[in-house]
Amino acid sequence: MNASLSREWDSQRQSRKRRLEQAAALGFGKNIPTRKIIALLEAVILPGDRVCLEGNNQKQADYLAESLAECDPARINQLGMVQSVLALPSHVDLFERGLAKRLDFSFSGPQGTRLAKLVQEQRIEIGSIHTYLELFGRYFMDLTPNVALIAAQAADAEGNLYLGPNTEDTPAIVEATAFKGGIVIAQVNERVTKLPRVDVPADWVDFTVVAPKPNYIEPLFTRDPAQITEVQVLMAMMAIKGIYAEYGVTRLNHGIGFDTAAIELLLPTYAADLGLKGKICTHWALNPHPTLIPAIESGFVESVHCFGSEVGMDAYISARSDVFFTGADGSMRSNRAFCQTAGLYACDMFIGSTLQMDLAGNSSTATLGRITGFGGAPNMGSDPHGRRHASPAWLKAGREANGPNAIRGRKLVVQMVETFREHMAPVFVEELDAWQLQKSMGADLPPIMIYGDDVSHIVTEEGIANLLLCRTQEEREQAIRGVAGFTPVGMARDRRMVENLRDRGIIRRAEDIGIDPRMATRDLLAARSVKDLVGWSGGLYSPPSRFRNW
Amino acid sequence: METLNFRFNSKPAPPAADPALCGVVGSGNLEILIRPGDAPGVCQVRIKTSARGFGEIWQAVVGAFAADHLAGGTMVEINDMGATPAVVSLRLAQVLAEYRGGVQ
Amino acid sequence: MTRSTRKSWFEATARTRIAGLLDAGSFCEIMPPAESQPSPHLAQLDLPGAFDDGVVIGCGQIEKRPVFVAAQEGQFMGGAVGEIHGAKMVGLLRRAVEEKPAAVVLLIDSGGVRLHEANAGLIAISEIMRAVLDARAAGLPVIALVGGSCGAFGGMGIVAKLCSAIVISEEGRLALSGPEVIETVAGVEEFDARDRALVWRVTGGKHRYLMGDCAALVEDDIPAFRAGAAELLAAWREPEPGIAQLRARQKMLEDRLAAYGDFRDGLQVWAALGVAQPETVPSIDRDSLVALKEGLPT
Repeated sequence: MNASLSREWDSQRQSRKRRLEQAAALGFGKNIPTRKIIALLEAVILPGDRVCLEGNNQKQADYLAESLAECDPARINQLGMVQSVLALPSHVDLFERGLAKRLDFSFSGPQGTRLAKLVQEQRIEIGSIHTYLELFGRYFMDLTPNVALIAAQAADAEGNLYLGPNTEDTPAIVEATAFKGGIVIAQVNERVTKLPRVDVPADWVDFTVVAPKPNYIEPLFTRDPAQITEVQVLMAMMAIKGIYAEYGVTRLNHGIGFDTAAIELLLPTYAADLGLKGKICTHWALNPHPTLIPAIESGFVESVHCFGSEVGMDAYISARSDVFFTGADGSMRSNRAFCQTAGLYACDMFIGSTLQMDLAGNSSTATLGRITGFGGAPNMGSDPHGRRHASPAWLKAGREANGPNAIRGRKLVVQMVETFREHMAPVFVEELDAWQLQKSMGADLPPIMIYGDDVSHIVTEEGIANLLLCRTQEEREQAIRGVAGFTPVGMARDRRMVENLRDRGIIRRAEDIGIDPRMATRDLLAARSVKDLVGWSGGLYSPPSRFRNW
Repeated sequence: METLNFRFNSKPAPPAADPALCGVVGSGNLEILIRPGDAPGVCQVRIKTSARGFGEIWQAVVGAFAADHLAGGTMVEINDMGATPAVVSLRLAQVLAEYRGGVQ
Repeated sequence: MTRSTRKSWFEATARTRIAGLLDAGSFCEIMPPAESQPSPHLAQLDLPGAFDDGVVIGCGQIEKRPVFVAAQEGQFMGGAVGEIHGAKMVGLLRRAVEEKPAAVVLLIDSGGVRLHEANAGLIAISEIMRAVLDARAAGLPVIALVGGSCGAFGGMGIVAKLCSAIVISEEGRLALSGPEVIETVAGVEEFDARDRALVWRVTGGKHRYLMGDCAALVEDDIPAFRAGAAELLAAWREPEPGIAQLRARQKMLEDRLAAYGDFRDGLQVWAALGVAQPETVPSIDRDSLVALKEGLPT
C-alpha cells in the first residue's frame, strides 16, 4: 500500500470538528453568553495547543485573556502562547497559574519586569522575541495557532465582525487560524443588527461573546506638546534642515517619542519657512499621531496609512478621508501587517529614538532586569537590502555609502537622541546592557533593536553624524564619539580626527547647517499644548481626559 | 546637593551694565545668573546642583563654554535641578547673549 | 494659522508674565536675583534654591496706572510659599499701603505652603493673608491673576479669595485642597485626580467663573490677562469694609453649600445653575462661555 494513503490528511479538520461538537454538546451556539465563556474555552482548547491571544500594542482582547487565566489548569495546560504584545497582568497570570508554558512574542512593555522574573525562575520558555512582521510571518509557517482569541468592536447575529479603526493585528491572526483548521473566538463590545462594515466574514469566526466592558485601548501615540523641550526643538530643526531637506524625504515612518513629535510640529512652521512644503513628508506609514494634525491641516501631508488607531482621533480621521484609509462607512481601517510592510519596503526613511547606543551604532531599548522586545522598530529601522524601486532619497543615500557607481540605494535609518537621558544616564556607551541581558536570559544573541550597519545618521544636540560617508570602522567610531556630547564616550573622542570628520561633512554642528541654537524655542512649535491640537483639528480631535487641562 | 567652584581662562567679554538671569530652577532645568567678575581673563563659576557626582561633566561643559565664547571677566552662578548638559550649554549661550545686551 | 502666535500664560515663567502684563520697560524689580540669597531652609535639606525664592516682586505700570506686582514661579517647587518667598510678598503689600499705587496685582501660581519650610511657610502664608486684608482695608485694591500650571491651591487659594477680584483663564484652577490631596485623604472613589477633565470641571476657570467666584474669564494669553487686569483696574472701586456685606457673603456661601453640597461634578452644578447643555461647557470657547453666563437666570 502507498505510504501516503496510510495516514490521515485532515487531522486538523477532524480535531476542529471534535472541538465544535464538544461545544455543541454543552449547548453552545455561535453567540456565547457572557458568563459562560470559561466553559467554552475549556471545551475547545486542548492541553498543548498553540493559542494566539490578541494583544496588540493598543487593542487588547482583555476579557478573553482574563477568562483564559481563570480556566482550570488541570484541564488546560502546556499551552504555547503566540501574541504580538504581552501587556496585561492576565497575560503573565497564564504562566504563573500553570496554564501556559511557552511564549513567542514581540513586545512586553509594562510586563517586562515580571516576565524577566519568570524566565529566571524557569517557569516560562521564551521561544523567541520577534518583530511584528516576523511573528505574523511565522503564524503562516511554523507557529500557526490552534485557537485565536481576538477582539472586535461589534458582531452581528451571524457572527460577522466589525473591527473598528483599531483593526491592527486581527486580519493576520484570523487568516492564519481560520484557514488552517483553527478555532476563532471573538470578544466584541456590542452586538448589532447591522454592522457599519464587515471586516471579518462570519464563516471565519466560530464564536462571539459580548465583553462586560469595551476592550481596553492604550493611548500610546499621544504626545503632549507641552512636554517638548527646547533641546528637542533644536534637534528637530537639525533633522529637518540637515536630513529631510537634503535627501528630499517624502515617504517615511516616525517613532513614537517626543523627539519626532517635535519634528511633526515644526513642519507647518520651520519646514514651511524653508520652503519644504510638498517636498518632504508627504506620505506616511504612521499611527494617527495627534501631533501630526497641524502638518495635515497645513497641507503638508497627502497620505497616512496606520498600524492601529489612536484614542480620540476617530472623528478627525473620518473627516479627513483623503489622507487616511477609511471604509465606505467613514471609519478608518488600520492594518499592522500591511503598514509594517509599507514601512519596510515603501519608505525612504525611519527616524526614531533609543535608550542606548554603542560605538558600532548598535542600539537597544532593553535594560537589565526587563525583557521588553521591540515591536516594529527593527523592521522599520532596517535597510531591507534586497532589490527595490529607486527614489531620490534612496539613491542619494546609496551613492554616499557605496560611491557614485552604486548599483543599489540605501534606506535612511536615523537615530535621534539627546546624549543624556533623565537622571544623567548616558545614551552612548562602550557596551550595551543587551550583552549582560543575553547572559541572564540564556539567549542566542543579545537583544539589539537596530543594528549599527543599518543606521545611516545619528542626530544629537551636538550635531549630525552621517555614517554613510564613513569609510573605516575607526571613522565610524569617531563619528559617533563626535556627536556623543559630554558622555564618557563623547569625551574620549580623538579631537583631531573629529575635526577632520567635520571638515569632510561627516559630522555637522548646528552652525554648519546654519542653525543658531538660541533660535530653538518652543515658539516654533505649531502647537504647544493638547488644546492647541484640538484647535487645529477644528474640534474634531477629542483627547483622553488625562491629557487635558481644561 | 553639591557645590562646585571652577575658574576658566576665557577671552574677555565686553563689559555689561546689568547682571542677567536665564532659566528656572525646575525639574531638568536650571537658572544661571551672570555678572561682572573680578578678573578680565577669567570666567568664574559657582554651581549648586541637586545631582551629586557629576563634577567632571560640569567641568567639561562649562569649560567648553568658556573656551568657545568671550566669557572672561564674568562671575557665573548656577542653581541646578538635574539639567542635562544639552540644556546647560543652551542656557549658558542664552544668558551670555542677554548679558551682552540681548544681541542675537 | 501657520503657528501658535498665542503667548501662553499657562506656559510662561513668572518673569515672562510680568514682562507681558506691564507697560513695556516699566518694571522695576525689588530684590532682584543678583541682590538675593536662596532659601536657607532648602539648603539645610540639601536642595538647591532659587535666587528669587520663586517669587518676583516689584513695581511698574499697567496702561500708565502705577501698580505693585508679585509673580509666583510655578516651575520652582510648585510655586510653594517659603519664608523668604512669603516675606517678599508681605513686604510688597505693606510698602504698597504706604506708597498707594493704583493696585497690587498678584500673579498666583502655587500649590500653597512650602512644606519643606514647615512652620515658617505656614506663618508666611498667614502673614500674606493679613497683609492682603490690611491693604484692602486701606482702600487699595488687590487683584489676583490665576492661570498658571499650579493654579491657586491651599493657602494661596485662600489668599486669592481674600483679594478684591480674580481674573482667571480656562486653564487656571482655584480651590483649597488640591485634587491629589483629596484623592489621598478620601480615596479615589471620592475624587479621581487623574481624571483631569473632572479636575477642571470642579476647580477650573470656567467653573469658577460660572459660579461667580471670579470677576473675569480670559483666554490663556498674556495680552488677554493684561487687558483683563487693565479693564478691572479702570473700573474698580474698593468697597468700604462693613459687617453687612460680610453677612451677605456668608449667607451666599451657606446657600451655595445647601444647593450644591451633594453634587459630585461641575456638570451637575452647571445644570442647577440653569445651563441648558452642561456637557458642552468644557469645549466651548471663552467668548461663548461669557455670553452663556450672561444669559443665565440670576
